[in-house]
Parts: sequence; structure tokens; C-alpha cells
Amino acid sequence: MHGLVAVDLHVIWQQVFHPDSVFFRTLWATVYISIIAQTAGVLLGLLAALARVSRFAPLRWISGVYVWVFRGTPVLVQIFYVYFAFSWPTLHFGFWTVPDAAIAGIVALSINEGAYMREIIRAGIDSVDKGQMEAAKSVGMTYGLAMRRIILPQAARVIVPPLGNEFNNMMKTTSLVYTIGVFEMFAFAEQNYSQFFIADYFLAIAVWYLLLTTIWTFIQAYIERRLSESERGEELSFRERVQAAWNPMTSWARGGGG
Amino acid sequence: MSGVVMHAEDVHKSFGKLHVLKGVSLEMTKGETVCIIGPSGSGKTTFIRCINHLEKMDSGRIEVNGHLIGYRQRGDKLVEDREKNIARQRTEIGMVFQRFNLFPHKTALENVIEAPVHVLGTPKEQAVGLGKALLERVGLADKFDTYPGKLSGGQQQRVAIARALAMGPALMLFDEATSALDPEVIGEVLSVMEELARAGTTMIVVTHEMGFARKVASRVVMMDDGRIIEEGPPEHFFEEPEHERTKQFLSKIL
Repeated sequence: MHGLVAVDLHVIWQQVFHPDSVFFRTLWATVYISIIAQTAGVLLGLLAALARVSRFAPLRWISGVYVWVFRGTPVLVQIFYVYFAFSWPTLHFGFWTVPDAAIAGIVALSINEGAYMREIIRAGIDSVDKGQMEAAKSVGMTYGLAMRRIILPQAARVIVPPLGNEFNNMMKTTSLVYTIGVFEMFAFAEQNYSQFFIADYFLAIAVWYLLLTTIWTFIQAYIERRLSESERGEELSFRERVQAAWNPMTSWARGGGG
Repeated sequence: MSGVVMHAEDVHKSFGKLHVLKGVSLEMTKGETVCIIGPSGSGKTTFIRCINHLEKMDSGRIEVNGHLIGYRQRGDKLVEDREKNIARQRTEIGMVFQRFNLFPHKTALENVIEAPVHVLGTPKEQAVGLGKALLERVGLADKFDTYPGKLSGGQQQRVAIARALAMGPALMLFDEATSALDPEVIGEVLSVMEELARAGTTMIVVTHEMGFARKVASRVVMMDDGRIIEEGPPEHFFEEPEHERTKQFLSKIL
């Protein structure tokens, strides 16, 4: 009657501190799906945000429909549709194999994420003073060059904090792709549970998710700190920069927890 | 007429129902400093913003250095030019804004060399040399690596002037460049502008600083209600203005 035992220390111990190679494969799947989907989501969001502020009405319209559809429907529905409606290849990179389901999952998560990122990036662009674009144009920059060199670097300050939250969400949302047969962390726990009926597998992966999101919190705090340096007009010496780079703990503490 | 740097002809501009410019014409020769004065809402700022196409005029014609600005001739009609061409035309026109509009994520020197490097393709080393020389010229030799956030308003505006000069423009536009400044730093910006005028820079200065206009301008232009109502050399303009509206305006602010 294991159900009476709230926490099976053995399973926790085994999976958290002595994970096997099968577990590591699933952890890696969670990590790469998160990173690729988030990166692609940011790029899609950037394209959609630029389309949204474009002079060409059809682009603005397409961008609007994109957000409307993908924020207005469940991501699980999107994942199933993308997986079953199209055929996806399995990719091999040396030792690393990305199965078709993982690719479908990445595509669906990316498109979904892009819709959310568009709003975040647009808010970032809108937050930059209108005088910046005028100043950039007055020295002969085209719209595109001004966006890239002047507007987006400043918008980044506003974009990065919510982007960090999005990535935090993404790492957890990847668990949904288990439903189309991707063998990632949640699938690992689910499979072991159905075999041994030990619920603590879920607790064990919860600890791993927590570890991932915690590591990300530190990375995010570091990035935010770097971005705010120039705004505050601080001139850091080389030594201070190196220290800041190697000490996320201090930057996290100083940044007020990100 | 090779000496003509700027030629504006019958410029009209409306914002919705508000007819802001009602046919402004002005011609400037090389080395001239024209000060545009007039009450708020008279169209001064809108006019100089049309000169570098930050505002799109509704009708009329503006040429700088012989190039039509913002438009290209098609038959007897003017159509708006391609973005790339407009950008290239703007490299010949420097602009200094009321609110500086420095790039806050770049140091003073980076602000100055940004456009030479990324628009004109000047080699970085050469641009840095030019940028340092310009910052020295505006009295900021010790601020190369300082971010705008750490500079006073007067210092920021001087960086903005250096940034505009870095493109080697044929014409400089100053849009109320001292209106947002604290009184004690207005002088340092005006003296940089005066030095530029003395050095033969062709410039249009929209200003409320009558002392500057009187001392530095080669010509003073009075605008009211979207039109140029009077212009002349400062001695004449300030001593014996002809137009009733000019007399009223000067009596109020002098």
C-alpha cells in the first residue's frame, strides 16, 4: 500500500540525485524543446510585431489574425492539429535524434509563443520615445536600420522581463507534448508511474522543473542587469564587468530578484 | 544660382482641419544663418520639419543642395520618393531637436559616430577621430565615454549638435534647441551655435532667443499664422519692423 506513504524517499533520491541515462534523455528533450521553441517564438513575435507597426495594411491585418487565432485557441489543440494534420520528418544530428513528434511539438509551441511575444515586443517598441526614430531618421537612417540599431536595443529593456517569464512558462508547457508521444520529462514520470504506480516520480520531475526555472531566474537577472547598465549611465570597469559576469548571485540580489 | 543651399516654395501643410503652413517660401545661400521667430503655433517648427521630410508637406517644393526633398518629379507632379532616397537626402541636413533625442544606450562618442559608421560607411577609426574632434569642438573633450543619462541638458544638446555635424551636412536645422534647457546652461549651447554660424555653417534656427537672433542671424524671419510676414537683416528687423504683427510680437517679448 504505497499510497499511504506520502513521499517515497527512495524514488525521489534515485531520480533527483542519481538520475539514469534514460531520465537524462528526457531532461534534454525538455530543455531543447523549450530553448528552440522559445527562440523561434521570439523571432516569430518580432516579425509579427514589425508587421503590426508596418505601413502596409495587409501585414497589420495578417499579424492581427495570427494573434487572434493562436491566443484564442488552446495550445493543446494546436499541438494535436500540427502533429496530425502534417507529416513531419525525424532529424538526425550525429548522436542526437529529434523525432517527428518533437518537431511538430516545437513548431506548435513556437507559433503559439510567437503570438504572445508579438504583444510583448510591440509594447517594447511602443515604450521607446518617438523622438528616437526621428533622431535616427534625421541622421539618414532608414526605418529598418533605425529599428535594428536604435529602437530594438532600447525596447529590449522592456521586453526582457516578460520574455523571461514566457520562457519560464515554456519550460513547463513543454510537458504537453507528451500527449503526442514525445519522450520528455513528463512522459518519463508518467511512464514510470503507470508501470510502478509510484506517484513520487511526478514529485521528482517537479524538483527538476524547479531546478530548471531557478537556473533561468539567475540567467534572466544577469541579462536584465546588463541591459540596465547603460541606461543608468554606469561606467563599469573591466574588472567589475568580469565580476558581474561570473557572479549571477550578486546581480540577482542587487537586481531585486529580477 | 550655385550659392543656394535651401529653396522652399509655397509649402503647405495641414494637420486634419488645421492649416498650419499656408504657403511658405524661403531661400538661403551658403553660410547664411536664418533665425525664424514668431508666436507658438505659427508653423515655425512644422516648416523646418518639412525641410528634412519629418513632416510630409501637402504641396509645394523644397530643395536642399539642389536635391528635391521627399519627393520626385513625375511629369509635372510630385510623388513621394522611396524611403532609401529620403534617407540619403537627410544625410545632407543636420537636425537638432528641442528635446535632444540622444540615443540613451550609447555613449556620447557612440552617438556621434553611429550614423557616419552605419549610414555613410566611414571606417570606425576615422569616425572615432572625427567624433572626438567634434566633441572637442563643442567643449566635451572629457565626456567621450559618458552616457547621455549622466550629462546635463546643455551637455546633451552639445552632443546632439556634434552628432548632426558628424554627417557633414550642407544645412543645419535647430528646432528650439534651447527651449527645454535650464536657464544657466542655455548660454553654453548658444555659444556653440554662434561659433558654428561664425564658421560659415548654413543654418536655420527656430528660436525664442531674441538676443541670439539679433547678434548672430544674417536674416531674421517672422512667421505668423502659417506665413512668413516679414524678413530682413536683424538691425532693420529689430529696430524698425514694418509689419504691425511683428511690432506687437517684439514688444511683448523684448
